[in-house]
Amino acid sequence: MSGLLVLEDVDASYGATTVLRGVSLEVTDGGMVALLGANGAGKTTTLRAICNMGVKTRGGIRFAGKCIDRTATEDIVRLGIGHVPEGRGTFMSLTVDENLRLGALRRRDAGIAGDIARVCDYFPVLRARMDQQAGTLSGGEQQMLAIARALMSRPRLLLLDEPSFGLAPVLVQEIFRILRVINKEERMSILLVEQNARLALDLVGQVFLLETGRVVASGPPQQIAADETVRRAYLGQ
Amino acid sequence: MQAFFHQLLSGIADGAIYASVALALVMIFKATHQVNFAQGEMAMFSTYIALALTQAGVPYWVAFVVTLVFSFVVGLAIQRLLLRRISRLPHASELTAVVVFIGLLIIFNGLASFLFGSMVKEFPTPFDPAAWYGSTYLSSHEVGMIVMTLIVLGIVFAFFRFTRLGLAMRAAAENPQSSRLVGIKVGWMLALGWGLAAVLGGVAGMMAAHKVFLEPNMMAGVILYGFAAALLGGIDNPWGAPIGGFLVGVLVNLAGAYVVGSHLQQAIALVVIVAVLVFKPSGLFGRTVVVRL
Repeated sequence: MSGLLVLEDVDASYGATTVLRGVSLEVTDGGMVALLGANGAGKTTTLRAICNMGVKTRGGIRFAGKCIDRTATEDIVRLGIGHVPEGRGTFMSLTVDENLRLGALRRRDAGIAGDIARVCDYFPVLRARMDQQAGTLSGGEQQMLAIARALMSRPRLLLLDEPSFGLAPVLVQEIFRILRVINKEERMSILLVEQNARLALDLVGQVFLLETGRVVASGPPQQIAADETVRRAYLGQ
Repeated sequence: MQAFFHQLLSGIADGAIYASVALALVMIFKATHQVNFAQGEMAMFSTYIALALTQAGVPYWVAFVVTLVFSFVVGLAIQRLLLRRISRLPHASELTAVVVFIGLLIIFNGLASFLFGSMVKEFPTPFDPAAWYGSTYLSSHEVGMIVMTLIVLGIVFAFFRFTRLGLAMRAAAENPQSSRLVGIKVGWMLALGWGLAAVLGGVAGMMAAHKVFLEPNMMAGVILYGFAAALLGGIDNPWGAPIGGFLVGVLVNLAGAYVVGSHLQQAIALVVIVAVLVFKPSGLFGRTVVVRL
């Protein structure tokens, strides 16, 4: 496989509890992939395994051809992976501006101010809130801030953990629209973890379906959506 | 009236020391939710290094800087070599850290007695008495203490507010997991915090030593006032710590002079601690972070 991100037969465990068993998946360069599944299927664990966040993994995880199994979490971002974590990871007591600057902390180039302007073009609501404590933002604004923070590192791959969680449908659609723009115009690859299968199927080019720690189906969204069991289990049809 | 002003200003001068100690405590508390009981003894030990240097003929300000570098390295090393390992122990709890801090307190205290003797020693001041000739309110050293503390606090706040490293340290203290995802080496930020806290303690120790004289138990009282100051200002608020420090300094001096007498001065610190914990646990300026989910 020649994808940007490749997981090959990955097991993952927290202590003695094995969560992922033999997971293989691939995100192509410039691709947009959804990882679907019910609560507890191992979606978040998959993202945590990629970033080496307190998960023990076995098997191969490669990014841009390089094995990253043993790479420390704090070095992942420098490789070009931006992770928007579960719960958004907002630095509540810091300002919006500081949150964004933290996203670019490992960069040394002069383009940071320009990038703040650029991410604010995607999420104009942040511009008006620059000096506000991030903890005072609404849930939707915090989600936008989390994505913007990840974009500040200029990643090649964006990992998103349930960006729709707890948000009003209209906001979710707005965020998904922006993700599509980012994917198209910046050719940024995206791996999206979602419980909201219907929305995700409209957005992505490839789907992997997780069930109790195993990939049980994968393919283009039309094919997944047509699958009878999938429809019954995840689309409520 | 003159006596009152003398007590007031003298309280502000003492408060400068409590302010530094309180900020050191708050810095570590914010990053780890632990209170470093050994902060005072570390400062006392650093002050002995400064004394040894000046006695060896090193100019005061050179000794001052060397001592702060020494304090920084010791603070950093304690976190890297000791606390980091302890926090990784499978059964480590809050209590484990407390025991370690008390152990450090005893070790530094004993080491100072062993290396430098337990006799009370005079410690020099860099502030020329002639420059403040004739004032009955404050000695030149007390004025120097206040100015020195304000300069150091200014540098510390500017560092946290305006530098990338300062921002990274604040981020690491608030949200370690999210910090790692943006590339911050959280472990090193904690160690740096310990180093900086030790530097603040070192400044406080050297400033205090001229006034209270240097001996291994020199900081026992100071650290108590420092705790009271940190709690009064709000244990999680770095801005509150120095204000708490000056308030406690004034309160202790005035109460000592007019209410309880000098023998019960330390009890005032305990009264402040208990009163804050009972009536306003967040302190005067304790920040309540607004969170919407």
